[in-house]
Amino acid sequence: MVRALTDLGVDVVFGYPGGAVLNIYDELFKSTKLRHILTRHEQGAVHMADGYARASGKTGVCLVTSGPGATNTVTGIATAYMDSIPIVVFSGQVPTLMIGNDAFQEADIVGITRPCTKHNYLVKDTKDLARIIKEAFFLASTGRPGPVLVDIPKDVLASAEEYVLPKEAHVRGYHPTYEGHPKQVESAIRLLKEKERPVIYTGGGAILSGASSELAEFAGILGIPVTTTLMGMGAFPGTDPLYMGMLGMHGTYCANMAISHCDLILALGARFDDRVTGKIDEFAPHAKIVHVDIDPTSIQKNVPVHIPIVGDLKDVLKKMIKLTKGTKEAASFREKITPWREQVRKWARTHPLSYKHEPKGKIKPQYVVEQIYALTKGQAIITTEVGQNQMWAAQFYKYDSPRTFLSSGGLGTMGYGFPAAIGAQVAMPGKLVVDVAGDGSIQMNIQELATAVQYRLPVKVVILNNGALGMVRQWQELFYQGKYSQTCLPRIPDFVKLAEAYGAAGFRATRTEEVKGVLKKGFAVDGPAFIDILTDPNEMVYPMVPAGAPLTKMLLV
Amino acid sequence: MRHTISVLVENEFGVLSRVSGLFSGRGFNIESLSVAETLDPSVSRMTIVTSGNDQIIEQILKQLNKLISVIKVVDLTGVETVDRELVLVKVNAEPETKPEVLRLVDIFRAKIVDVAPRCYTIEMTGDEAKVNAFLQLLRPIGIREVVRTGLVSIARGGNVVAQADKMPHQGRG
Repeated sequence: MVRALTDLGVDVVFGYPGGAVLNIYDELFKSTKLRHILTRHEQGAVHMADGYARASGKTGVCLVTSGPGATNTVTGIATAYMDSIPIVVFSGQVPTLMIGNDAFQEADIVGITRPCTKHNYLVKDTKDLARIIKEAFFLASTGRPGPVLVDIPKDVLASAEEYVLPKEAHVRGYHPTYEGHPKQVESAIRLLKEKERPVIYTGGGAILSGASSELAEFAGILGIPVTTTLMGMGAFPGTDPLYMGMLGMHGTYCANMAISHCDLILALGARFDDRVTGKIDEFAPHAKIVHVDIDPTSIQKNVPVHIPIVGDLKDVLKKMIKLTKGTKEAASFREKITPWREQVRKWARTHPLSYKHEPKGKIKPQYVVEQIYALTKGQAIITTEVGQNQMWAAQFYKYDSPRTFLSSGGLGTMGYGFPAAIGAQVAMPGKLVVDVAGDGSIQMNIQELATAVQYRLPVKVVILNNGALGMVRQWQELFYQGKYSQTCLPRIPDFVKLAEAYGAAGFRATRTEEVKGVLKKGFAVDGPAFIDILTDPNEMVYPMVPAGAPLTKMLLV
Repeated sequence: MRHTISVLVENEFGVLSRVSGLFSGRGFNIESLSVAETLDPSVSRMTIVTSGNDQIIEQILKQLNKLISVIKVVDLTGVETVDRELVLVKVNAEPETKPEVLRLVDIFRAKIVDVAPRCYTIEMTGDEAKVNAFLQLLRPIGIREVVRTGLVSIARGGNVVAQADKMPHQGRG
């Protein structure tokens, strides 16, 4: 198995040993090519493999033992599944003859993960092991990517068979469509040309497909304003004048107004999630929709689509560019939609993202994110936890390149950001990796600080510490008459001391004027650091579209 | 609307739960489902009867196709098909009702496959309407137990859903 992984080009495995996988660990001990990162919890291992995959584009690998080791991976697997991230999880299993006997550390992990993996395997015969490993990597990384779990009983690991790794994986029930149908692409362009108020709405698919440069080129040729989902951050340059920001529940006024008033949506690798559409019946009432997605099930799932195109976005955009680049029609189209661009700019001008900065008062979390952006010059990899920290990190940092914003978009997993940052740092040792966290989320996988310290992975955790589960409290404030049920965290640990107890560095800012200096100091430290910033507890995320309301009904600051 | 969907799947453990899990997990409805091996022992065929509006049926077909263990999916609705279901019925056979049971068995071209002192077990095949009609007529006599296989369906004419037999010519012999 170790040999198969090495032959497949795997260089690092995130894992945690146990009885059922002793044989693999014994082999790993001898291996010089395969690096193993010992985590402190199996959930951390999966998120690290996920962060590694998102930052690098390669498939992340994770190895755990049977029973509790395997069940601890479920949240991580579901996180990767919802966001289409290629990872392969190897779990040990009790010996074949004991399966079904409620043996010690037995869990039916194939049954448990069936609905949250792209596919999973129970290996019943050592002869099949190499082929299944090959298939697992093939399935995880192709088509619409996703997690694959391979469950291996101890006896299958212990017995020896001749090693034959197939050159190619062949799965007869699996044929993803990569090439967009040329006729459909032509009709899409024809429809586009008739329209006056087009919008490009793009998401995680653009990043997975590696289509960023094509996207920028195509939007530029026709001068179409672009909005991205949370998952699409960085797919289109955040500093480009055509960029309107994120749309949806906490999207910009500009993006939500544009999508609600446009007459054509080019949906490129996005799936019309409920956090994006708001009230579905009133979503984009004037628009025809062209939907490009590699997964046919995404199309026509939530909204009716006028022109569906199944294919790899990169291929489809190349075809679209070919049909438009350098043509007179493209130039006149760009000219024709000038008033629309003006309108979009006006929305952006009149209602920009904003907050009330207090230079001498309480620290505003938005200001902290802006300072992170300024200090890193937008060159860092940012991971987030889930909640207010996630939304502010999305709103107030401009992501210019793909794979620089890593966040649990679909499942919304608190405790994702820190291990994901560690995984990203393993993938990109030269990069500055910053986890924008909250005081609630960071406590969900805080044990991984030991991992970061052990491997000297210099991730920086900026804790926007408001002493509360801020996003849930925001809902209680707005929709539950201010009854803060179980959302105040009165006993928050001293994160500075805690970091030091683990052997990391700890810093704290309590006043606005300290923020810059403390961030600078924290970022300059050689190893991992916790930067605890006591922020204004009353600050809320705006704009906000209440759940079930149409996108035009935004609550503004 | 009701749809009959024919699905070719890998004949391996866990496939049935992948398919049924897909239906339950997404709130789709299964009216009947039957599975058995095909000529190729590595492939099984499922016949699923389900219902839903066009959008739901489209999702069902796409989601089935998305399963890695699914090789081929065909919606047989709107196609000319032969539909059959097999039913086994245990019915009361008192001296005064026996002639009526025998008459119905004759009319419906059913078969009595087991006889006990006061009970017949009857085997009958037909499309859904025929099976329902048969059961309705037997009801007043007293049905003790019914087992139905669920519908299986095949297209009329030369069109096939299955991958062709690897030895079609010998097969024709």
